[in-house]
Amino acid sequence: MSKHKTARPAPSLAAAPADAAQILSANQTIATTEQTLHDKTTFGFWVYLMTDCVLFAALFATFAVLRNNTFGGPSGRELFDMPFVLAETLILLTSSFTCGLAMLAAHRQNKRLVLALFGITFLLGIAFLTLELTEFTHLVHEGNSWQRSGFLSAFFTLVGTHGAHITAGLLWMLVLLPRVWKRGVTYMTMRRLTLLSLFWHFLDIIWIFIFTIVYLMGVTS
Amino acid sequence: MKKTRLTLAAPHGTPTSYITGFVMAVVLTIAAYFTVTRHAFPPTTIVTIIVGLAIAQLLVQLLFFLHMGQESKPRWNLVAFLFMLLVLLIVVVGSLWIMGNLNYNMTQGTPKQINQSITHDEGIQ
Repeated sequence: MSKHKTARPAPSLAAAPADAAQILSANQTIATTEQTLHDKTTFGFWVYLMTDCVLFAALFATFAVLRNNTFGGPSGRELFDMPFVLAETLILLTSSFTCGLAMLAAHRQNKRLVLALFGITFLLGIAFLTLELTEFTHLVHEGNSWQRSGFLSAFFTLVGTHGAHITAGLLWMLVLLPRVWKRGVTYMTMRRLTLLSLFWHFLDIIWIFIFTIVYLMGVTS
Repeated sequence: MKKTRLTLAAPHGTPTSYITGFVMAVVLTIAAYFTVTRHAFPPTTIVTIIVGLAIAQLLVQLLFFLHMGQESKPRWNLVAFLFMLLVLLIVVVGSLWIMGNLNYNMTQGTPKQINQSITHDEGIQ
């Protein structure tokens, strides 16, 4: 390699600016291509999120229709432990916040901060999932599983689907974060981190409505 | 591996905007929680308030966390979102409407009783 380099005639002074300009324009082309790819991928994922919203809309509609069909069993008022649910909500909200901060760090290519903040997001996600599963096992042990009534079937389907999404998000972090650790914030990892953060914020928005419609309205009426 | 500088467009948010969004979301959540647990209002008022708070929080999170409407034109993300909203409203409102009607028309006893009660409710004769 070095032999070839020395053997090559030195570029003339006149040619040097042209080379520099070419390299610069090549870099610009890469940047525009990456930006386009980033925008397209993000938009495609956004469309997926919108279809996921429609899925949740169907589950919310089902729940709203069945919420009073307790079949002589307990209603939300007797089942829901509100301080517990508030804790779940605040944990998920904080995780959405740390995820947003992690994306700011990613834009500055601060790898350690990205890993630290996504690490916190991951732990908060685990905490949320643990609380949710605790609630579910508690309900099932008391004989109030999805088989008890139409209301509980709809409850477990809606909240369980959200929990499944959270699990998917956690697995995604588990796959993506070692990659960021190894390779740093590159165009590729940046793209994936952006999609992951969109997904996580989206799940928090879905939870606001679960919190309001399932839990808060459940103990009100 | 050599670190390459990324030349992507600047992020929409700043630490301040994320903190503002987070604080607002926490306040809205806690407000909704206490509206319900204090039992200070009649149930219908409570439901109206908490649905309002949920929609406010939806807007806060869409603006501060997902940066909706801050993309450059054409705003395809916004268009996709609005279309989703339309589908969502059709699914949710339509389901409640149809199922509410079925509930009213079919669950008030024997066919004869249903006939009588509907005749009475609708003011037929």
